[in-house]
Amino acid sequence: MSEPATPLAVANRRLAYKLGGVAVLALGFGFALAPLYDVFCQLTGINGKVEQFNLPPSQMKVDRSRSVQVRFLSQPMPGMPIEFHPSQSSLSIHPGDIILARYWVRNPTDTPLAGNAVPSISPGAANAYFKKIDCFCFREQTLAPGEERELAVTFWVDSALPKSITDITLSYAFYGAVKKS
Amino acid sequence: MSHDTPHDALPTGMKRWLYTTNHKDIGTMYLVFALIMLLTGGAMILAVRAELFQPGLQLMQPDLFNQLITLHGLVMVFGAAMPAATGLANWMLPMMLGAPDMALPRLNNWSFWILPPAALLLVTPFILGLAGVGTGAVDTGWTMYAPLSIQTGWGMDFAIFSVHMLGASSILASINVIVTILNMRAPGMTLMKMPMFAWGFLMTATLLIIIMPVLAGGVTMVLMDRHFGTHFFNAAGGGDPVLWEHIFWFMGHPEVYVLLLPIAGAIPHVLSAFARKPIYGYKAQVYSLWAITFLSVVVWAHHMFTSGMSVGGQLYFMYSTMLISLPLAVLFFCWIATLWRGAMSFEAPMLFALGFVTLFGWGGLTGLVLADAAADAQYHNAYFLVAHFHYALYPTTVMGVMAAVYFWLPKWTGHMYNERLAKVHFWVAFVGMNLTFLPQFFVGLAGMPRRIPDYALQFAEFNMLSSVGSLILGVSHLIFIYVVIQCVRGGAKAESRAWEGANGLEWTLSSPPPYHSFDVQPVVR
Repeated sequence: MSEPATPLAVANRRLAYKLGGVAVLALGFGFALAPLYDVFCQLTGINGKVEQFNLPPSQMKVDRSRSVQVRFLSQPMPGMPIEFHPSQSSLSIHPGDIILARYWVRNPTDTPLAGNAVPSISPGAANAYFKKIDCFCFREQTLAPGEERELAVTFWVDSALPKSITDITLSYAFYGAVKKS
Repeated sequence: MSHDTPHDALPTGMKRWLYTTNHKDIGTMYLVFALIMLLTGGAMILAVRAELFQPGLQLMQPDLFNQLITLHGLVMVFGAAMPAATGLANWMLPMMLGAPDMALPRLNNWSFWILPPAALLLVTPFILGLAGVGTGAVDTGWTMYAPLSIQTGWGMDFAIFSVHMLGASSILASINVIVTILNMRAPGMTLMKMPMFAWGFLMTATLLIIIMPVLAGGVTMVLMDRHFGTHFFNAAGGGDPVLWEHIFWFMGHPEVYVLLLPIAGAIPHVLSAFARKPIYGYKAQVYSLWAITFLSVVVWAHHMFTSGMSVGGQLYFMYSTMLISLPLAVLFFCWIATLWRGAMSFEAPMLFALGFVTLFGWGGLTGLVLADAAADAQYHNAYFLVAHFHYALYPTTVMGVMAAVYFWLPKWTGHMYNERLAKVHFWVAFVGMNLTFLPQFFVGLAGMPRRIPDYALQFAEFNMLSSVGSLILGVSHLIFIYVVIQCVRGGAKAESRAWEGANGLEWTLSSPPPYHSFDVQPVVR
């Protein structure tokens, strides 16, 4: 419009810019959701995303009055043609005990393969009590053609685990390494 | 439409529509666009229903089936439902508020003309796919869940850019609506004297400005995961597919209310006109709209009860979701109280408004069942859910819009429409709609999953009924088109106040209204 702007037109434009600013903030919030989501999962311990070392406190008592059945699952993901199995299908453990469990992996192809195992705990409520001291899932695994290897995970289950949970399943999805860009 | 216009050299032909900044022209374009999209999405789902007419695969392979259901969802929500409401807002808001035009006319032109290219972008890979070029359209379901959306073909990339454009369009339109409502009201019209329709759309526009950018950000992350080596949703790189569900439903749940609120605003005008009583509980309705708007952005994860959620999370999202039914119930009781002891007559707008109230009520009640976290595991992604949200959305975005269109059509065209045919339209649509979706509740309860092109034999009869119903429903829209064309071309002359019970500033203008609605603003006391 070439005519001089009326006060109303100026006010309209100003409000429109402000609302546009709100939309831009909302866009920022959308992107902020990704890190916020991780922070939220770290703080609450849900979602199985806690992957740091967790040594048991020295005063931790082993609760011999009950045992928990831990089951082990393995899943090579599409695009990762490895053989991948737990060496034991399940273990009966006492909360507080430090446990070593093993997996076995082999590269049957004639090319080197690299990948990461991503853990998942179910039921979800058990996740906050299942602590790993060391795990092959902390590191990328590289397998030469035909190589087979034993993988170890050392963990303990907090004795504060609710009594209602008698079974825990630890499952690993083995993904091909992501391309570095 | 030909008007006596104060402009000497108004462009004619195609240029008139390309360059127009007039709210009535743009409103008309929005409505026509929405109708074309309704027919497009409808044709797609008729093909799907034809495939589901019998168990087994007869007409198409699953990949085509997946493309059709995905495009149906996206086209209906972003192409038909939202533009239809925006079209109503463009036509009616300046006239109802006593303004000459929308506040930002050029922005208005732009926000419309982004839509057709966006729709083409969405549908192009589908047509190319039919011609044997490429991998076809987006086939992830309209929810575009990761990791499938990261792995699927390039129809997804087209869909992402299309969502960007559709989002930009609706954000621009929303800014325009909010500025118009806040700055352009007639002197004396305080916010609490504003028509209900303006309130409904003000809430919708507010929601859109908050949620559409979040979806735009989300699909941008999908695009980056697909092509630029990021891992927002890729578990192999430390991402999480469930994050996508949070982002999507942060947009997706309020979106339901984006579709509902303009209609919840328009329907009281229709009910009041044909019950010949003022709108009951104006303030209660306005406050309920506020409550719904606020609650709608904090309940999204009830769509994700089966995605793995802590008990605390399930309880919170269950109770907060059920809480929304309280302000909605207030709206319902106000609508019913508006009718109570009114001198009712049942012209087509009234029939559609009553159809909306009853059928949407079923949609709401079945929603309460789904909101129950314990029961949801049975209903989730079963046909029960499909029936539920079609009972929520069809009565709203189609029947509600039809009520509004028939109500204001005499005002827009200056002619009365063919009442008899319009009533036939309603009853055909009503029968078709119920025949289509009622059987789906039952097959859903019996365990038929959605989004699968084949099904177990015991669901055959109900699916056959549903397919027949969908054909009837599709035909009803052809009656509508006939009635509208007939009405635009001629008919009995409409009075300024086309309905004797109608109230509001728009009825003080001639039918059809002048090119610029109010050159001198009326004063509201």
